[in-house]
Order: sequence, then structure tokens, then C-alpha cells
Amino acid sequence: MATVVQERLFGKAIKRREDPRFITGRGQYVDDVKLPGMTYAAFVRSPHAHARIRRIDTSGALKHPGVVAVFTGKDMAGVNSLPCGWDLRKEKNIPGVVQDLAMVPHMPLTADVARHVGDPVAVVIAESQAAAVDAVDRVKVDWEPLPSVTVTDRAARSGAPQIHTGAPGNVAFKWEIGDRSATDAAFKGAATTVKKRILNQRLVANAMEPRACIARFDTATGELTLWVTSQNPHVHRLLMCAFVLGIPEHKVRVIAPDVGGGFGSKIFLYNEEVVCSWVARQLKRPVRWTATRREAYLTDAHGRDHVTDAELALGRDGKILGLRVKTTANLGAYLSTFAPAIPTFLYGTLLNGVYTIGAIHCEVTGVFTNTTAVDAYRGAGRPEACYVLERIVEAGARALGMDVAELRKKNFIPKFSGAFQTLVAVSYDSGDYAAAFDRLLQMLNYRKFRAEQEAARKQGRLLGIGFSTYIEACSIAPSKLVGALGAGAGLYESAKVRVHPTGGVTVYTGSHSHGQGHETTFAQLVADELQIPIEQVEIVHGDTGAIPFGMGTYGSRSASVGGTAILMSLNKIKEKGKRIAAHLLEASANDIEYVNGQFQVKGVPSKAVPFGAVSLTAYVPHKYPDNLEPGLEETSFYDPSNFCFPFGAHACVVEVDRDTGAVQIQRYLAVDDVGKVINPMIVDGMVHGGIAQGVGQALCEGAVYDEGSGQLVTGSMMDYALPKADMLPLYETDRTVTPTPVNPMGIKGAGETGTIAATPTVVNAVIDALAPLGVDHIEAMPLTSERVWKAIQAAKAKR
Amino acid sequence: MKLPVKMTINGQKVSHEVEPRLLLVHYIREVVGLTGTHVGCDTSQCGACTILIDGQAVKACTLFAVQADGATITTIEGLAKNGELHPIQQGFWEKHGLQCGFCTPGMILAAYQMLERYPKPTEDQIRHQLEGNLCRCTGYHNIVKAIQWAAEHMAGKK
Ligand code: FES
Ligand code: FES
Repeated sequence: MATVVQERLFGKAIKRREDPRFITGRGQYVDDVKLPGMTYAAFVRSPHAHARIRRIDTSGALKHPGVVAVFTGKDMAGVNSLPCGWDLRKEKNIPGVVQDLAMVPHMPLTADVARHVGDPVAVVIAESQAAAVDAVDRVKVDWEPLPSVTVTDRAARSGAPQIHTGAPGNVAFKWEIGDRSATDAAFKGAATTVKKRILNQRLVANAMEPRACIARFDTATGELTLWVTSQNPHVHRLLMCAFVLGIPEHKVRVIAPDVGGGFGSKIFLYNEEVVCSWVARQLKRPVRWTATRREAYLTDAHGRDHVTDAELALGRDGKILGLRVKTTANLGAYLSTFAPAIPTFLYGTLLNGVYTIGAIHCEVTGVFTNTTAVDAYRGAGRPEACYVLERIVEAGARALGMDVAELRKKNFIPKFSGAFQTLVAVSYDSGDYAAAFDRLLQMLNYRKFRAEQEAARKQGRLLGIGFSTYIEACSIAPSKLVGALGAGAGLYESAKVRVHPTGGVTVYTGSHSHGQGHETTFAQLVADELQIPIEQVEIVHGDTGAIPFGMGTYGSRSASVGGTAILMSLNKIKEKGKRIAAHLLEASANDIEYVNGQFQVKGVPSKAVPFGAVSLTAYVPHKYPDNLEPGLEETSFYDPSNFCFPFGAHACVVEVDRDTGAVQIQRYLAVDDVGKVINPMIVDGMVHGGIAQGVGQALCEGAVYDEGSGQLVTGSMMDYALPKADMLPLYETDRTVTPTPVNPMGIKGAGETGTIAATPTVVNAVIDALAPLGVDHIEAMPLTSERVWKAIQAAKAKR
Repeated sequence: MKLPVKMTINGQKVSHEVEPRLLLVHYIREVVGLTGTHVGCDTSQCGACTILIDGQAVKACTLFAVQADGATITTIEGLAKNGELHPIQQGFWEKHGLQCGFCTPGMILAAYQMLERYPKPTEDQIRHQLEGNLCRCTGYHNIVKAIQWAAEHMAGKK
């Protein structure tokens, strides 16, 4: 039988299969779904940062034409708090806990006190969107405003307004990692030490599609269907059913169709989707809610918001002897779904970076404030760690008078594969940090740049270069390990592979694509493994009614964890196929191999059965082995044995206008090592997008609260500066490839590297540009022209 | 009070009675049922709602449906002709100019007018012309490449 060898698609930049629907306007996002009899929800939200609710009068709203119902927190009796899925308590033996996490309640509609601007207190349901929005203004809330606190390092000061009775002094938890006494000793023996206050400002994820949900209760079947902008529909379902509404999971179907970006903000269970689900069951009518952008700013979980004091101890030779970090992390008014994990286990554990460090100690205090809850935003903890380390390392180099590239090279962990035990609990999988940096320096032509910089400085121009050599922990995560650290969930991934009788294949994956391109990359895997045309492969995701229980997409886990689950199912398919083929070929299953899309007797391509014949036989099992079930469908759950640790080196060249402080990016270079890559075009795209977000944090983004009133000043796209096309360059990217030994494909993960690396890279570049003026640090980001100009003026005044 | 509106959208004549305060973008999405035009903000910053009105790229959230009475409108659904993608659509596909796809319809229609104004745009021109369209996924790199690809292929066709 003639066989055609199919070209391997792993590693090929094939065009995305999902694009045709998006470029022709036929994607289907939540807000595009329309149901007969649909009602519309609009929320009454607190205009105050902190206020007691004396009374809510809904009568005016109820009289408004088109209004169907109005509900307040009091009406939702029997509904529980939104859960926090991460525990930090000593009795649970969670490592590093200094003070237990205060598990404060977070009711879907708060009935007693509103704790941040935008906190929902009532919902209006109406026949039209307009009627719902109009009637919101007719709900009268009698507020008793209370003093508020929004500033991170003021929340736990004495005299600060108390936000939750269960969290005295507004402290959410205290946690530490590393070795305090060894670190103290390292500082004693140091030739040079530097100490800097480093602020990592609050960010808003700003997925272009605002959050939305539609809940429908089917009175005939008793089933609730929730369409929701989710990165993890099964997690949404579990949290909502088991913890909040107390309804059986098998009677709830959660669908996350096309989702317009997430960046972490669509992981969490939010008030609105719970309220709409509850209302749909009360009214027996579908309910839709779509956030306005203003609501998105007020209610999507925010990111970052750390105040850190970092100290570095260096030897005369530039060796890093010790790192001491004290961080206050602002968690906002409530505990969002994974909030406690972000500034602890996703932060402190990354402080070893890519360096050999003598000793590390890090302590973190989580605080409550009258602000929107803070949780994972692209990178989640890791960008904060990378920012602290890469800033303090450059500050250390400057203090020593050593070149920043030189100091890094001196301290890189040497190339390894298998395990490198850090001082902060985690063990890296594989790394060749110097190689990525060398490649970067080569692309940059570093020596030549420094010469050009010298010349530019002589002309009075402020040209600077900045680096970051970063590590990231992704491919989240080994269930046992995260369980021991406080996770309320396992973090495996699932995949069901269904081979149809005629040989087509549908994969049902627990991963969720909200821009990642799984319909392409996962199909590449399947086409390769089964050696069938990619056109015969369909990827289904985002529907709990179709997919096996899975954990979804965040923490750069889809290809490495979700992809491995698919691979496992494909292997099972092949094993079963061998038994069917063996029967057809009258051979032993052990003698069958799967080559070029057919099952054949080992080494004898002429004695073979094609894939399609085996699949047909599986469903029409007339000539079939005894003791073998018909059908060809396999499900797998893959639980990784470790995190994966991508790494890389980024560089940025900037010029600062000395009169205005404006920063212009001239070049941005990135060498990332994300292990093996399924589709380089898609990975490059993710790197680009990540860089833009990291640059955004460095130069323009930031959520700002007015201190007196607690109002979110940057509450619209007019006020919150998102990076635009004309402030960014074309990125120069390359990769080194160090496969991870953790999973069979050697894939590490690529979704967050850019965001992690870019922020310190850009800030370091600006500091380098300003160095001749005597500026060696700027505490706060973003580096707007105003902030840079002020730093220039302050430096001038000192001289 | 409702007012009558009539317009031609993607070659189809439509007419309805609408509230005067109804935004054009909501009219297109909710009343006409063309959901390819997206809403990403409430301050006319994001450009996800960009459509062509009488050949001009316009943010459909910046005007009321009644203001577009009598207009000829093209939305993303109307750009491909006879099943053949417009070169800009093709360019976005070829050059991976989209990830989540939410900003994409607006980007494509903004690019449409850009390329009428500047058939051979420089990179700077492209970036500057995209000031009114935000993308959170791509970092713009591949959107620039997509528009360059489209410019080359449209030049070839003329
Ligand atoms: S919806 Fe954002 S500009 Fe129109
Ligand atoms: S592709 Fe997602 S916002 Fe542009």
C-alpha cells in the first residue's frame, strides 16, 4: 500500500484556523448571544469607597416601565460568599505563614457595607438594556459614608479605617520565604549593599472584550446554562455551584465561547455572573449582563500593587551574596479567587531569578484597602519578582561601578538540565541563561552600542540601554505541590480525543483559548501524532457540557499541560488501534506500529491498515478482538510533576528628551527560551503582546485612586493610558531552545514571558539614559514624561 | 418616542423605529443583528466599533442611529465579496494580525480607510493612523505587518 509521509507540523508557523471567522465578523462572543425572552441586568453600585448601607428603596425602580424585578443583598438569602480558592493558614501547614489569612466574606450583593467604589448592592432586571440602566438611577440607597484607605502602605497603619471586622488592622496575612539569618549574615560580609524602595503600581488588565454573562434557566429540565467570559468554565461552574449557590453541578452548564482576551482577569468568579445565575432561576427568564468599560475598570480584578523595600548585598567581585525583600501587597477590598497566591507563592518563589545568590529572605504582608480586588494579571507575581530583582541587580552594578551585563554574566546559574534547587523552594527544570543573554548581546551589538552611547552623551543626548534576564514559573501546576501550598484545586488538565467512525477526530480540551490559538496549535499536535490531515481535526473547548472537567487557561499552561493531556489520549488511541489492527492483520498487537497514518506490521509497510479503516472497525466491530470495547475515544488527565521555567533576556534602547522627560523606545530586543515551540508565529505573537503590556506598565499604565475620596481616577480608557501603536517599535525577537524534561514534548510555556521581562527592561533603560545626570533610581512607575522630568530636575537640584 | 431610520448596511436595506438615544453601534448589533462590530469602551477610545459610513471609517459608538439615517454602511460582515476575503482581511490572516479577534473588525476597517488615504503607508504612518484603535493582544507588531501586506497586495491588484 502506498503511503504518503505527512509533513510534521510541530514547529511550523501555519496560519491560524480560527482566523476566518474573526476577520469576517463571525466570531461569537458572549454579548453576541441572544435568547428569546431575554431580560437585561444593570447593577446599582457604590459611589463611595467605603459606606454603610442604611436602607435601599427599590420602589421607584420597580415602577419604572419595563422593569421586571429589583434585588438587593437581603433578597439573596441562602446565597454564600464568593470563595477564595487559596488558603494561607498555619493549621493547614502551609509553608511560610507568619499570620493566618483572614478569610473575609465577599457577598455577591453586599447588604451591610460597600467597601470599594463599584461594589454592587442591587441589581435591576428589565425588558431592555435601556430600561435597566434608567431604573438603576431610581434605586435610592441611603448611604452613611465612612472614611476609606486606598494606599498600599497606609492600610495597616494605626488609625487607618477598618475594612473587615475579621481582619484587624486591615492585615490579610503575613508570609515569608527564605532564610532570614543566613541573609543577615550575607549582608554583614558584603563589600557593597544597595537598598531601594521599588513600587509596582496597580494595573488593570483591559481585555478588549468587557466581561459579560447570560444565564438561562430551563424550567423543563431544571438546567441552568451560563454563557460567561471565562478562561476556565469548569472552575467557574465548580465555584459557583458548590460554594456560592449550592446547586448541583450536573444541572449547570457553563459555556465560554469566543472570549476577547483575558490576561488573568477572566479566571475569577465574579459577583455579576453569580447574581445573574441566581436571578435566572428566580425569574425563569434569561438574564444578560455586559460590563461597560467603566464597570470593567471598577470591578475586573486588578493586578500588581506592591510596595517593596529591596536590598542587595554584593561582594567586591560582583557576586550576589544576599537579597532581602519586604513587600506590602494590596489585595483590595475582598479576596478574589486566587488572590493570596499571587504575592506569595507566585512571587517570593521567583526571587532567585537566574542567578546564584548566597542567601534570600522575603517577607510579604497582604493588606485590605477600599479598592477593587487584586488578583492575577498576566504574569501574576512573577513580573513583580522580576521587577524587584532586575532593578536591584542593576542598582547593585551601578553602586559597584560594574557594567550591568558583566554583573549578570558573573552571577548566572550555570547551564543545567534536570534540577536546580533555588533558595526559595522551587526547583528549576532546565536552563542555559548565559546562552540567551549572549545571543541578545550579539543581536544588539552591545559593545558598539556603548560606543554610540558615549558619543551621543557627548552631544548631550540621553541614550540608554536596559536589560532584564528573567525567569518565569509556568505550566501551572503539580496538584500535590500546590495543594500543600494552599490551593483549593488541582491544576492538571484534561483532554478527550474522539475518533469518529470515518476517521475524523474531535478533541475536547479543558484548556480555553481567548486568543491563544488552540484550534491551530492543538490540531497541529493531533495531525502530527496521527499523521492525518489537519482538516480532519476539530478542537472543542469552553463548554462544560462537552469537555471533561478541566482547569482552563492561565499561567502559560495550555500547550505544556493541556497539550500533554491531548498527547496522552492520542497515545491511548494508538494503543487501542494497534489491537484492532492486529486483529485485522492477524498479527500480534506487539508487532504493530503506527507509521505514516497507518497501523502496520513492524517494518512491513505493505501489511497495513489505514487509520480510517481501524476507526470504522472500532464502531462497526464485526471483525473485532474479543475482550475489547468497541469505539475509539479516550480521555486523559495530565498532572505535571513540576512547574516549567522559561527564561530569557530582553533589552531595550531608549532616548529620553532632556527638556520634556519624554521616553522614546528606539529598539526592543527579546531572546526567549520557552522550550519547544509548536507554532513559532503564535509564540512570537504572544511575546509581542506581552512586551507591549510590560512596556505599558513601564511607561504609561497605572490605576490611580484619589486618596481622599477613594475614587478610581483612571476609570475609563480616556484616563487609563493603554499602549498604542505609535509608542511601540517593531520588536526584534529570537529564541534559544532548552527543552524542559518535565513534559514529553519539552514545552515550557510562552504566554507571560514578555510581560514579565519588559517592564524592568524599559525602566532600566531609562535609568541608564539618565545616569549621566546622576539619576540612579525612580521609585514609581509609570515613567511618564512628567515623572522623568521631575527626576531630572531633582537630580539637577542636588548637584 | 421612536423615530424611523433607514439605511443600507452591507448592501441590504434596513428600516426600523428606534429610540433617538440608541447608539448606532447598538442599533447594528442589537436591532439589525450584525454582531461583528464590537463594543470595547464607553468613551470612544478603543475603535472596536469602527465601521465605514459612506466610505469613511467611523466609530459607531460616537453617533446615534438616527444620525445615520439614509447612510450607506459597511461593517466587517460586508467586506468580503462573493466569499473572497478583502486583501486587508487576508493580510491579518497571513501576518497573524489578531489573537482574540475582538479588536480585529475595527482594526480592519480603520486600515481600509488608511489605505485609501495612504496606499503605500510607511510604518510610522500606519502606527499613527492606528491611534484610535486599541489592541491588547498583539502589541501591534503583526497588525503593522498585516497592513503592510495588504498595501502591497492591493497595489498589485490595481
Ligand atoms: S466602542 Fe470603543 S470606540 Fe466605540
Ligand atoms: S486581538 Fe485581542 S484585542 Fe486585538
